[in-house]
Amino acid sequence: MDMLKVSVWRGAASGEYRSYEVPRQESQSVLDVVTYIQRSIDPTLSYRFACRVGMCGACAMTVNGVARWTCRTHVAKVAKNNTLQIAPLANLPVIKDLVTDMREFFDKWARARGQFVSGAGTTRKDDFARVAADSPERVAANAGIECIGCGVCYASCDVVSWNPDYLGPAALNRAWTLVNDVRDGARAERLAAVAGDAGCHACHTHLDCSERCPKNIAPTASIAGLKRAVMLAALKGEL
Amino acid sequence: MRNDYRSRNHPAWWAFLVHRLSGLALSLFLPFHFWALGNALQGEARLDTLLKWTEQPLLKFAETMLVLLLAAHLTGGLRLLALEFLPWRGWQKTLLAWAAGAAFAAGLAFALAL
Repeated sequence: MDMLKVSVWRGAASGEYRSYEVPRQESQSVLDVVTYIQRSIDPTLSYRFACRVGMCGACAMTVNGVARWTCRTHVAKVAKNNTLQIAPLANLPVIKDLVTDMREFFDKWARARGQFVSGAGTTRKDDFARVAADSPERVAANAGIECIGCGVCYASCDVVSWNPDYLGPAALNRAWTLVNDVRDGARAERLAAVAGDAGCHACHTHLDCSERCPKNIAPTASIAGLKRAVMLAALKGEL
Repeated sequence: MRNDYRSRNHPAWWAFLVHRLSGLALSLFLPFHFWALGNALQGEARLDTLLKWTEQPLLKFAETMLVLLLAAHLTGGLRLLALEFLPWRGWQKTLLAWAAGAAFAAGLAFALAL
């Protein structure tokens, strides 16, 4: 039977790669490989997953140097000479082995005002808001709305590595979808939240996020949209 | 953990590197450019001596490289402006190809003295 040579990060901030041999299967995902190691070789290996079908965003790891959702990444696509190197996501503190602490990642969503705020004067007794599916705002929001919060973009972003305060592609993409939500009532506060040194203008347009997003979202486009919206708001004296 | 160098191996990151390095190289050249022009203030002969000195093959080659850098920085900058200001969906790699192609065309046109 063909065997895969897999080196897996063990430890926390300091640690080492440990090698395992895993039977090669047809249609094998990287998550299958990690699961095999934990269930059949070394039960002390820690990793995170939930849905196994690309919906929850829990199983993202660094595979051969590139951040990926492991449940939808086929070994055949990423293995080189039957070898895999699996590490935790970059730019996040490592709790243990392949598990990172995602708190800072999600706190930044809150800092970018990633929560919907209903418009002034609206009540729960109001009728549903009618938003035309082909309106420019709805189309722009749709382009970014399918984010599953896996952290792949955040882990791939050089600017996050250089400036740990940078809000990052996912939080800014979330803010952009809300800026385009015509029902939202916190546009000015949100634009102010993403306009600082650690906000949209810090983006260096490397497009790492857009290249790596497993949902094919282009956070760079969202960030460019935020830059334009912030500039227009500043020119109008709204910021 | 820091971002792995392997995750940077994609066209847009290489385009960023070309843009940044060409910008740095051009900014290093700029003082020499002004210094050379400043020689004209000391009289025609001095500038002519300098211009003659630049006729050497190595400097001619460097000049072509300079034009290539300028073209790469210009087209890369136009690409960034398009990316930031135009409605944008998934055609950034086409833009990259156009920017690289136009830069090489400009460099070749200069090298072949077209």
